[in-house]
Amino acid sequence: MSRSFLGWPAFPQASEREVGNRQLRENVRRATHTIRGKRAVLAAERPDWEQLRDSAAAIKDQVLAGLEEHLLRVEEKVTAAGGTVHWARDAAEANRIVTDLVRATGEREIVKVKSMLTEEIGLDAALEAAGINARETDLAATIVQLGDDLPSHVVVPALHRNRTEIREIFAREMGRHGRPAPEGLTDDPAELAEAARLHLREKFLGAKVAVSGANFVVAETGTLVVVESEGNGRMCLTLADTLISVVGIEKTVPTWQDLEVFLQLLARNATGERMAPYTSTWTGTVDGDGPRDFHLVLVDNGRTRALADPVGRQALRCIRCGACMNTCPVYERTGGHAYGSVYPGPIGAILNPLLKGVDDSQTASLPYASTLCGACNEVCPVRIRFTDVLLDLRAQVADGGQHPVERAALGAVGAVMERPAAWKAAVKGAGLVGPLLPGRTRLPGPLGGWTENRALPDVPRESFRSWWKRNEGERA
Amino acid sequence: MTAGTAREEILRRIRAAAVPPAPEPPRHYLRHAPGLDPHDREAGLALFAERLEEYGARVLRADAPGPAVARVLDDEGARSLVVPDGLPADWTAGWTGRVRVDRPPLGKAELDATDAVLTGCAAAVADSGTLVLDGGAAQGRRAATLLPDLHVCVVRAAQVHSALPGALARLDPARPLTFVSGPSATADIEMIRVKGVHGPRRLAVVLLE
Repeated sequence: MSRSFLGWPAFPQASEREVGNRQLRENVRRATHTIRGKRAVLAAERPDWEQLRDSAAAIKDQVLAGLEEHLLRVEEKVTAAGGTVHWARDAAEANRIVTDLVRATGEREIVKVKSMLTEEIGLDAALEAAGINARETDLAATIVQLGDDLPSHVVVPALHRNRTEIREIFAREMGRHGRPAPEGLTDDPAELAEAARLHLREKFLGAKVAVSGANFVVAETGTLVVVESEGNGRMCLTLADTLISVVGIEKTVPTWQDLEVFLQLLARNATGERMAPYTSTWTGTVDGDGPRDFHLVLVDNGRTRALADPVGRQALRCIRCGACMNTCPVYERTGGHAYGSVYPGPIGAILNPLLKGVDDSQTASLPYASTLCGACNEVCPVRIRFTDVLLDLRAQVADGGQHPVERAALGAVGAVMERPAAWKAAVKGAGLVGPLLPGRTRLPGPLGGWTENRALPDVPRESFRSWWKRNEGERA
Repeated sequence: MTAGTAREEILRRIRAAAVPPAPEPPRHYLRHAPGLDPHDREAGLALFAERLEEYGARVLRADAPGPAVARVLDDEGARSLVVPDGLPADWTAGWTGRVRVDRPPLGKAELDATDAVLTGCAAAVADSGTLVLDGGAAQGRRAATLLPDLHVCVVRAAQVHSALPGALARLDPARPLTFVSGPSATADIEMIRVKGVHGPRRLAVVLLE
């Protein structure tokens, strides 16, 4: 049975479990630091990097401002090119559409190109319940599927696994799902990749139906775009008779020319490459080349909810490059599973509450899964202001009564700051009380939650205000 | 519920979100490879070759395709080759191995059992070492460039654009396009780059001047 994040604990509880796992922390740290280094080199190589980001953000804002028009254009162009367009309001509807389409072909085993949206809607489990075996073909997605695991990163879903763990999963599981791993498989990454090549090749050659997502859908031409590295995407998009692409409605870009911006940003920011090895584009169906049947399923599943949020809608600009999680100090320590979603890290901390609302404790905890350091703002290729959205979502959570303590504390601070005399007294008082708390690591009473995962800083004896007055104020 | 209802409902939700209009996007980025004089043809070709070699692809610069193609195929130990219908005969004239034309279309298993595929391309990009296939002249259908383990691609110097914007403007989105930037690769295991997973593991480019 495919695992899911359903019923996952809130971030504080989930992260506590994850940060206790030393192996996981080491794996995540090694991987994120490697990608960060490569990305930094290739971003610095472009003197026009900031101009590319400006364009990408503005194009995506145009998409969101004219979403109805763009989607209708997509529908018109895909249909004219021989494809069939379906619309799904939510996960259940999308899963039903795909299940019915696969059933109509009579096939019981299909192949999939890695797609975060199909993870989001739980498509593999829905197909499984209908007796259809959907085999993942991206190497990382294969590792996750064979290990009965969950993705922990949007670009490298098995980033939390090291080579020893992967070898063990391959040796144990491949034989249960097709061609077994070669005898004497070692943990050399090249050998592991070769094992995946052999295991999946027979599935590609036999598959009649493939399911994909898409990185972009060009409204002007009805063209879908898939960016990948291994060639598993090309296999699925080319060899199957029926191709079903399940795509979020925000993946649209208005014009063909817009791809020159996104294709130059995406791989540089995602994996530190100038272009990913393979980018495939297709428009409907073509006689004698590739699938004879093409279906595009346009999925809402909360995206229009996010679109209605004036601050939060910028999260829909996201092109899933993963740079925000690679650079996030919180993600580096907790890994992806703590976020309880296929979208972890900073984008997960804002996207999940925006898609689902903040009225359950899991999504309500996510805007707090951040130090607000803003490193994600700096690397985002579409200039999402994560910290603005996080603060706005925290306000929404507070207004919803989720965090009465924080609301009360901020209220008290506000009241004190409005009166300079009271503020002066408060900071001076802290300096006097500080030394009386030797070895104290927890704040008392209702503020204790703040120190659950933080060390209480030493309270200086003297306030900055008084230090400034003593040292500089006199000179002035 | 009918599909029509879902469509209307999603469009209604989009209208209800009342997103304000957005300004026309600026386009102040470069239209050629950074640090490269767009009029310097030789520098563009040198960059193209350098980027391909960084990916682990082999590059041969040649005046005529035949001898270079034969040399690559022999060096790589290929014994069978598939070519698209209509490929110029002189491209394979110098080679003694078994050449099969993909007409009528070969089965998947036959393609899989073939050592190499030889094609031209629709365009190329120096900045990212990219070849673009569009199923047009001398390229054939996508499956044939995917299943054999060695892809030999003949690129004419005039097809090489400095950067992606120039190539995209020349391509026809109605055709199925494959942008190839080096051989198949993965970094899914501990971010260590491994060359060759599912697509052709070896890529060779004959650059015709």
